[in-house]
Amino acid sequence: MNVLKNITNTKIEDKKPLLEMVNIRKTFGKVIALQNEDFRIYPGEIVGLVGDNGAGKSTLIKIITGVVRQDRGEIYWKGKNISKHSVEQSRMLGIETVYQDRALGEKQKIWRNIFMGREITFSKTGFIQLRKSEQRTKELINEMGFTRDLDTDMSISGLSGGEKQGVAIARALYFDADLIILDEPTNNLSITETDKVLNFIKGIKDKGKSCIFITHNIYHVYPVADRIVIVDRGKVVGDFQKKNISMDYLIKELQSIAAKGEID
Amino acid sequence: MKTVIKKYVKRSVLQLSIFAVVVIMFLIFIILSPETFLSYNIYYAFMSTIPFTAILAISITFIIILGEIDLSFASVVGLCAFIYALVFKYVGNVYIGLICSLLVGAIAGFLNGLFVLKVRIPSLIITLGMSFFWRGLVYIISGGIGLSLVNTKPSVWYKLLVGRIAGVIPAQAVWLVLITIFFAVILNYHRFGNHILFAGDNIESARMMGINVDRVKFTCFTQLGIVSALVGMISSSEIVYVYPTAGSGYLLRVLAAVFIGGTSVYGGRGTIFGTLMGAIIIGSLEAGILSAGVEGFWIEFVYGIVIVVSLTLYSYLTRAGILRKLI
Repeated sequence: MNVLKNITNTKIEDKKPLLEMVNIRKTFGKVIALQNEDFRIYPGEIVGLVGDNGAGKSTLIKIITGVVRQDRGEIYWKGKNISKHSVEQSRMLGIETVYQDRALGEKQKIWRNIFMGREITFSKTGFIQLRKSEQRTKELINEMGFTRDLDTDMSISGLSGGEKQGVAIARALYFDADLIILDEPTNNLSITETDKVLNFIKGIKDKGKSCIFITHNIYHVYPVADRIVIVDRGKVVGDFQKKNISMDYLIKELQSIAAKGEID
Repeated sequence: MKTVIKKYVKRSVLQLSIFAVVVIMFLIFIILSPETFLSYNIYYAFMSTIPFTAILAISITFIIILGEIDLSFASVVGLCAFIYALVFKYVGNVYIGLICSLLVGAIAGFLNGLFVLKVRIPSLIITLGMSFFWRGLVYIISGGIGLSLVNTKPSVWYKLLVGRIAGVIPAQAVWLVLITIFFAVILNYHRFGNHILFAGDNIESARMMGINVDRVKFTCFTQLGIVSALVGMISSSEIVYVYPTAGSGYLLRVLAAVFIGGTSVYGGRGTIFGTLMGAIIIGSLEAGILSAGVEGFWIEFVYGIVIVVSLTLYSYLTRAGILRKLI
């Protein structure tokens, strides 16, 4: 732990963690998805969460968002224990997630997707403020800078992969979340679209927000991350400040982890 | 102004086309038998009969948008109508009958939700089973003998159910209008309607975005039970008698109305207006065919054609991406 502290950016060390997970364990039947692991992220920090398929990355974020409940362990948000939170509560706290399958309703309009589960309503009556919702969506679309003019009334199924990802990210940005989790956001995207997504992530940092960027593509995560956490078969096996390591070192590290897995 | 209209047309292309179909259909009826379709009587008849299927169809539209189905509602209509009559017979108060009827309807609907969501039986199968169960229960309790509702006639509630406003507008038509507006507003402009659309479209996404999918489904199954009770009371009050078979003719007509109205059986897509139009088509075809001088044997055949043609059309439109882009 001391070693970790030494290489931690002093500026960040002064701050309290935004999110802290302690001793998290989760099993699915006989499969151990996470073995008593710790994880933390500081305000304004971009953490790259790297690992193979089935390493436990998705389980980790699903526990953060409240989709999956951990068997054991505590979760703290800004120092407050939130170990038994629901998805709705995590969104209220300021945790937004862009899921790998983007979690969009394909047949629904763009504006409905943006506010899915958190509609803009007239006070407590639950009636949706249609005009305001569409207006906000239009602003978001403009802000995101899509390559073509998207109508807020279009349904998601009419969009390209990159545009869908854009809508999912716009949704996460809209709610002004403190922590944005992106699960494989660059999967199945063209090079230009990938560049755009990486720019959005840099934008998140500029706004002082934190971001967990999950990927197995080290070339995408290295340029934008402050810290890189490697997960392997349910364990955190590496935690590096980017400024202390080179991309080549990281790749070698990943290769040795993979090789070790094959020997085991 | 022009762009607003254009946007509105684009948004509502499906509703406008099905509305056009209804208009064309009635024009054909008028041309074929002007003496019938230019008189008020036929529309009076429609207003007293169409609401039964239309109200049920509107209510079940929510469940079909959710990607679920309920085949038990026709039996629940019979059950609740019977409970209404039975309680009235023994207690002599329509309001206690009314409350019992609605309560039984709500319980029947909630039970469907319980079996689908907690016991995890697909809705198609469990509601088929419940359909036999409720109908069978009515047969056992009634001994196959119906009950008269003649003594409910003096009550205010009877007039609210099936009275005639100014002697020319059946009360059930007013019920239909109110229910149509209520369901359409909920589906399009309320948070709950949004949750129905997303839960039907992509249930996992809805869950991950914090929508309480189970609660939405429970509510939808329960409301259909309550609405079935209401229709049971309306339809049996109209004929002032409850047959043990009450409601059994509604199942296929109601489902046909929903699908003609463009609601997708895959979930996530559907409109209340479309369902209303579907119910009007189903409810007026029979009279149209008969008054055109065609023999009654043709009715089911024409239903078949209308249903098959409309489903083919929707399927084509969906695959061609036309619907996908527009609605």
